[in-house]
Amino acid sequence: MGNLISMEGNQAAAEAMRQINPDAMAAYPITPQTEVVQTFAQFVADGRVDTEFVTVESEHSAMSACVAAAASGTRVMTATSANGMALMWEILYIAASTRLPIVMALVNRALSANINIHCDHSDSMGARDTGWIQLFCENGQEAYDSLIQAVRIAEHPQVRLPVMVCYDGFIISHAVECLELLKDNEVQKFIGEFKSVNSLLDISHPYTFGPLDLYDFYFEHKRQQIEAYGPAKQTVIEVGKQFGSLSGREYGLFEAYHLQDARLAIVLMGSAAGTAKEAVDRLRANGLPIGVLKLRAFRPFPSEELTQLLSRFEAVAVLDRAVSFGAAAGPLFTEISSALFASNHRPLLLNYIYGLGGRDIDIEDIQEVGKKLQKTAESGKVEQPFDYIGVRK
Amino acid sequence: MKITPETGWKELPQGGVIPEAGNAEQYITGSWRTFRPIRDEEKCTNCLLCWIHCPDSSIIVEDAKVVGIDYDHCKGCGICAEICPPKIKAITMVAEKRD
Repeated sequence: MGNLISMEGNQAAAEAMRQINPDAMAAYPITPQTEVVQTFAQFVADGRVDTEFVTVESEHSAMSACVAAAASGTRVMTATSANGMALMWEILYIAASTRLPIVMALVNRALSANINIHCDHSDSMGARDTGWIQLFCENGQEAYDSLIQAVRIAEHPQVRLPVMVCYDGFIISHAVECLELLKDNEVQKFIGEFKSVNSLLDISHPYTFGPLDLYDFYFEHKRQQIEAYGPAKQTVIEVGKQFGSLSGREYGLFEAYHLQDARLAIVLMGSAAGTAKEAVDRLRANGLPIGVLKLRAFRPFPSEELTQLLSRFEAVAVLDRAVSFGAAAGPLFTEISSALFASNHRPLLLNYIYGLGGRDIDIEDIQEVGKKLQKTAESGKVEQPFDYIGVRK
Repeated sequence: MKITPETGWKELPQGGVIPEAGNAEQYITGSWRTFRPIRDEEKCTNCLLCWIHCPDSSIIVEDAKVVGIDYDHCKGCGICAEICPPKIKAITMVAEKRD
């Protein structure tokens, strides 16, 4: 195990990228991701990596360059945020559908309008159907660790899918925390050598990438792509375990915090999970049987695992840091309730929207959620299924 | 591997790739055409301007001479007829008719 070092989340992400030493990186700076690209560009300038760094004129070009580099049989990384990823949209689908194992650091930021540079999950949630694997992080350590794991997950022969490692803008990206780094050779050994599949540059075995694909084959290709998310789920678990043996920090599809003896649960993703853990500690000190389910893998979504885990609970609150406009609830809630519907035993469910555009969520806010869960469980009925935390009336 | 219209999703190569190159040729697009270029062999001087300009590589050339038009891929855009020198005008566009 390494020594503790204090650094910002973005620096930790750039450090992971340096240790991974990808063959190619194409990225365009955008707040709050800028520091990742800036720091990595310095590594390139200083000759500390062998990476071909492609300076592009937009995020659409950045992802296009990543697709081309990955199809040419190289290990590729990028980073972006919010509107930047929105500009990548078209190519995000192409990266996933062409099964290119690109790894992206997505520093979560609210989408415009109005212009806001702070955290929410609207960028990730909008891209949930693009086919990318999405891992959410609670802190800088998890961002660093997950970027290294993401390389292995993306490149697994049965997976071959791009991965976005999502971490909260400013709250994680710009906060200094003490974390542990692996040694360069440990990272290299863990990720292994890149094995090219169907390289565009292998002229003795020519392949056509992204061809016209109409009603006669497109459906089969989508059906095949859907199938990859099963092995993807297993790979997230396996790689998380192996990373645990290496670093002492094991990862899975989610983290269960004090759920064993709990009858109430709060489900959420990202940095607010840390806040929720503290809130739960305080509530438990007052005798409330409550725990936290911190979801790490939003895609692939662990439906069966969550159903198995949550169906015995009396009441569960799902906290969404994004809105699905016009929908009945937030995107995380919709997934959780849909998964639980298959079970004969279902907890009473509450949904809260919180933290849009970087609005703070406090320990006290989550303690309130805990108390509402208790009231709901005691009365046996949901009085208000959908509510907001921290918005002025 | 051989991909046929019966190949199911389990057999198809990953990522929608086609394990060969240059296969767009197999996709017949000539049916999109509403006007057909007809070349007069007597008038043609084999200057090959039509061959250079054809966006679908549908002017068939052998030994530096035009030997025909690939109607499986010609979409009838008329560039060949337009580019043919005014004093020659060896190509005319004729409306396609249903049989």
